[in-house]
Amino acid sequence: MSTQIDDGGAIAPRWRPWSRTGFAFASFGVALMVAILVSLCVGRYSVSAMTALHILGEAIVHPGQAIESMDQRIVLLVRAPRVVIAAMAGAALATAGVALQGVFRNPLVSPEVLGISQGAAFGGALAITMGIWGVPLLGIVFIGGFSALIAVGMLARINGQTEILTVILSGMVVGSLFSACVSLLQFIADPNSSLPAIVYWLMGSFATATWDRVLVSAPGLLLGIALLWALRFRLNVLSLDDSEARSLGARPDQERWLVFVLVALIVGCQVAVSGIVGWVGLVIPHAARLIVGHDHRRLLPATALLGATFMVGVDTLARTLTAAEIPLGVLTAIIGAPAFALLLRRHFKDREAT
Amino acid sequence: MIGLTNAVVRFGNRCVLDQLSFSAERGRSLAILGPNGRGKTTALRAMLGFQALAAGTRTAPAVVGYVPQYASSNQSYKVLDAVVMGRAAGLGLFGQPSARDIAAARDALEQVGALRFAKERFDRLSGGERQLVLLARALATGSKVLVLDEPGSALDLNNQARLLRLLSALRAPRDRAIVFTTHDPNHALAAADDALLMLPDGPALFGPVAETIVPELLERLYGVPMRLVNLIGEDGTGQNAVLPAFAGRRAA
Repeated sequence: MSTQIDDGGAIAPRWRPWSRTGFAFASFGVALMVAILVSLCVGRYSVSAMTALHILGEAIVHPGQAIESMDQRIVLLVRAPRVVIAAMAGAALATAGVALQGVFRNPLVSPEVLGISQGAAFGGALAITMGIWGVPLLGIVFIGGFSALIAVGMLARINGQTEILTVILSGMVVGSLFSACVSLLQFIADPNSSLPAIVYWLMGSFATATWDRVLVSAPGLLLGIALLWALRFRLNVLSLDDSEARSLGARPDQERWLVFVLVALIVGCQVAVSGIVGWVGLVIPHAARLIVGHDHRRLLPATALLGATFMVGVDTLARTLTAAEIPLGVLTAIIGAPAFALLLRRHFKDREAT
Repeated sequence: MIGLTNAVVRFGNRCVLDQLSFSAERGRSLAILGPNGRGKTTALRAMLGFQALAAGTRTAPAVVGYVPQYASSNQSYKVLDAVVMGRAAGLGLFGQPSARDIAAARDALEQVGALRFAKERFDRLSGGERQLVLLARALATGSKVLVLDEPGSALDLNNQARLLRLLSALRAPRDRAIVFTTHDPNHALAAADDALLMLPDGPALFGPVAETIVPELLERLYGVPMRLVNLIGEDGTGQNAVLPAFAGRRAA
C-alpha cells in the first residue's frame, strides 16, 4: 500500500481498493473452480482431473451425446448434478444470510435463527408423510418456511418496533414450535416407509441429486440470488435505522418483506431438494465481510462465491470422509456452531467496547 | 417548503403536540428550541413523516436531507459508501449508484470538509466527524430542505464552531430551507432566521429570531433567569449572546 497522500478530488487512486477486492474475487473464483473439479474427481470411484475436464468439455461442445463409459456416467450423471445443486444451494443460502443480516442490522441472524428452516422442515416432513414429492413438496416447504417467518415477524413487532433481541427470541420460539411439530409427524409416521425418508431428508444431503432435481430447485434459487443481487445497494440503505432509511427514500417496512419473501423462497427451494443444511448463511457472510468489507455491493457476490465453494467442499467431505455418507447438516453444524459461538462473543465484546 | 399546520400528536392520552404550526420557507433557517420532553424531536419526526399526525397537515418535499442526532450504530461502511446512500431516493429499489452519484457524494463530502475521511470506516470516526459525514449524506440527496436533529448537542466547542460555520455557509446562498433543533439559544442566533419556542406552559411561539430569542421568552422556555450579554466576537466586533444567569457562577 502506498502512503495515504491522496486527498481532494484525486480520481486516479480510486482503483486501488478495488484492485484488492478484485484479487479477492479472483481467488474466490479460482477456489470455487478447484472445489468443483475436486468434487467431480474424488469419491469411491475416482476420476483423474484431466479425464473429468475432458468429459465436461465434450459434454459442453456436443450436448446430448450418448453417455457410454463409466467415467462419463459418474461425472455427468452422478457428480455433476450434485455439484451444481450444492453450489447453487451454498450460494443462495449464504446470500440469504447476508440479506437477512442486512435488514435486521445484526450479523447474528440467519434462516435457522429465525425459524424459517424449521418451518420449511415441517412443510417438507408433512409433504413426505402425505407421500408428496417433487414440485408440490417444494411448494409446501416454501409455505412452511414463509409462515414461520410471518409468525416471527408478528411476534417480534412490539409497539411498531422490531428489536433484534425480540426477533431472535421469537425465532427460537417459532423454531421450537415447528421442530415439535416435526417430531410429532415423525412419531405418527409409518416406521417402514415415511419415517426413514423424513429422518434422512431432515439431516440434509445432496446424495439424491439428479438433473431433474436441479431443474426443480434452480429457478427459485437463481431467482432469489438474482433479485437479492439486484437489491444490493438498497440493502445498504435498509441496514440503517428505519428513520434514516425512510429519509433516504426507502420504505423499510415494505421492502424488508420483499427480502423476507426472497429468503423464504431460497430456503424453501434448498430444503426441498437437500433437506436442512444449517449454518451456511451465518458463517459464510461473516468470513466474506472480513475479506471484502460491509458494502453489500461487494459483499453479496463474495458471499455467493464463498458459499458455493464451502458447500461443494463440505459435500465432497461428506461423501469421502467415511465409507458411509455423513449427513450434510451434521457437518455444517459441526463447523458452524463453534463459529457462531465465536461470533456471538465477538459481537457483544465489540458492543461493550464502544 | 417544510412545516406543520395545526398538527396534533398524541401518545395515548398525552397530547404531545397541540395545534402546532410552523414552517421554513426556501432561503430561511429555522431553529426549534424547547426544554427536554416538550416534543422537539416529536415535532421533527412529525414534520419528516416518521410520526403519524392525529390531526393537521404536514408539508414537505418527497426527499428531505435528514441528519439524525446519532447514526445507526452498526454502520461499518466506508464513508464514501455511506454518503452515496444519500442518492438512493433517485435510484429506486433496484438502482445502483453511477459515477455521477459517486461524484455528487464526493462533492458533498468536500462541501462539509470531510473528503479526507472518504475511505475510512464510518464507525471508526469520532462523533463530530460522523456528524459531518451524515450532513454530507443529507446534502448528497440534492434536497433543498435540510433537517438536523440536535446537531450541536454532542459536540465539543471546536466542533460546535465548525458546525455553526457550516450551517451559516449553507444558509448563505438562500436557496434551501434548513431546520434544526437545539438546546443553545446562541446556536439559533448564529445560524437561524426564525425560531420556534416550544414553551412548557402554553402554545408554541414561532417568529423571527430577533423577536423570539430574547431573555424574557427564554426564561419562560427554560424556567431559569436569562441574561443578554455583549461580548467581543471573533472578528472583533461586538455581538449579543443570551446566557443563563447561572453561567459564570463559581463553586465557593
